Amino acid sequence: MGLRPEEWAALLLSLKVSVVATLLSLPVALAVAWVLARREFWGKSFLSALVHLPLVLPPVVTGYLLLLTFGRNGAVGGFLEQFGIVLAFRWTGAALAAAIMGFPLMVRAIRLAIEAVDPRLEQAASTLGAGRWAGFILVTLPLIAPGILAGAVLGFAKAMGEFGATITFVANIPGQTQTLPSAIYAFLQVPGGEGSALRLVGLSLVVALGAVLVSEWLARRVAERIGRG
Amino acid sequence: MSLSVRITHQLGDFTLDVAFEAGPGVTALFGPSGSGKTSVANGIAGLLVPDEGRVTLRDQVLFDAAQGVCVAAHKRRIGYVFQDGRLFPHLTVEGNIRFGMRFAKGVGNPAEVVDLLGLESLMQRRPGALSGGEKQRVALARALMSNPEILLMDEPLAALDEPRKEEILPYLERLRDQSDIPILYVSHSVAEVARLADDLVILQGGKVACHGPAEEVLSDPAAMPFVGVREAGSILRAKVLEHGPDGLSRLVISGGELVLPGVTADEGSVIRIRVLSQDILLSVERPAGLSSRNILPVTVESLRLGDGPGAAISLCAGEERLLARITAQAAREMGLEPGTRCFAILKATAVPKGSIGAAKSA
Repeated sequence: MGLRPEEWAALLLSLKVSVVATLLSLPVALAVAWVLARREFWGKSFLSALVHLPLVLPPVVTGYLLLLTFGRNGAVGGFLEQFGIVLAFRWTGAALAAAIMGFPLMVRAIRLAIEAVDPRLEQAASTLGAGRWAGFILVTLPLIAPGILAGAVLGFAKAMGEFGATITFVANIPGQTQTLPSAIYAFLQVPGGEGSALRLVGLSLVVALGAVLVSEWLARRVAERIGRG
Repeated sequence: MSLSVRITHQLGDFTLDVAFEAGPGVTALFGPSGSGKTSVANGIAGLLVPDEGRVTLRDQVLFDAAQGVCVAAHKRRIGYVFQDGRLFPHLTVEGNIRFGMRFAKGVGNPAEVVDLLGLESLMQRRPGALSGGEKQRVALARALMSNPEILLMDEPLAALDEPRKEEILPYLERLRDQSDIPILYVSHSVAEVARLADDLVILQGGKVACHGPAEEVLSDPAAMPFVGVREAGSILRAKVLEHGPDGLSRLVISGGELVLPGVTADEGSVIRIRVLSQDILLSVERPAGLSSRNILPVTVESLRLGDGPGAAISLCAGEERLLARITAQAAREMGLEPGTRCFAILKATAVPKGSIGAAKSA
């Protein structure tokens, strides 16, 4: 495709960051979505607001808050550093930022799917001898699979496009924290960088389109499998 | 007794306070909507934790508020057939039935259950492609495959139209007569109860109003207000003598002979017939020159004058009981009182096909 090394690096880094962010946040999103859909407890609206916060906060604010919390001098960052985990100005930090920015979208999609499943089906499963976990895994999980898939695709897409929080938290270091959007931004800042920027824009389009097509195809297969197609 | 239930539970300003026992065969829990039937079933299944009470199944304590015992729903061996079926939409019929076996203690025979409920041709279908009646048969099969110690059926036919009900009732009769699993059948339909129940518990406003063998309760004038005057009627057990070429069948009951149309059971088999109290005429003398072929000599057992113009009269015809509803005025003029001998007249065409069902031959 005639990509220059730094363009390749940005693409691969973006993919790595997005895949890791999606895979790590998915189980958490599933748990939070389940709690929000199925449980009543004190502070539920607060949890819901907290989850949705990255959606409404300016990304640069989220990035700065991440820096304050997970930076080397931050409360959590300092603690993690004892175990050799450094997030600020590393690709892992980019993954964290992407995960947090995509989290509300994931939770929302999965929560809607869970709310669409009749909880009385789980009751029916329990009268057939299935405990809570077995009922969830054998009945609810297959039924919400399309929702989980949709949530994962949204989260992945958001991660691929994340810019504001990422650049604030981990900066824009070529080869280390320079994701696709950061690279486009950087190329646009230098004279003669339009060619590279344009190639990366095209690449972004291809990746985004591919993700949507793959998810549509998967969703159709899942729908067929669970008999809703 | 297989199942012993004592439940007190407060639901808003509705108080549920019931106690009854259910033995082998079909025990019907009958009452209008809002009488607390489903809450009782849920309390037994463990889907609702009552405020007070005790539930035991065979020797096992499932719930005892005083001792703080509450066995989790999935550990109770109770098969539950819900009104809305609740089949798992992502599984085929076969998958749903296998789900029942998955956690079962002891292995049932799927082929037998599939055969009993006539599901062979449906096995690869999804629940979405089944009719309401088929769904309920699959739900029943699924519950049976979990090898339960008792089967709870909560209004399993309520969501179905008349033809679909007629399609399922024979399966339920077969289940009742061929398996030895006790069944608690929750319903607000007298017709279903009359077809299926061995014992009857009538719930009214969260309390047990009547309890006893279905034949006795249904022919008891005191139960008539709970059943409803238009629906009230007794159950007769009759043996099919022969089918005539004209479509009429001769039946024998312990108090005499009946001639009815629409009987399809084999000659020699025993059937249950529901006779509505408003379809019976009474005469103090043996009537002559009547069109009705069904004239039974009976003895008045008890009578009850209602608040309105009607009177409910329980009659003995041999071992069988009939319930008649006539006007209080007529009862007075005829001088009816317990012990009076008279004749009950039943119009043959008054008994619809749906009121005739199979019975276990005694």
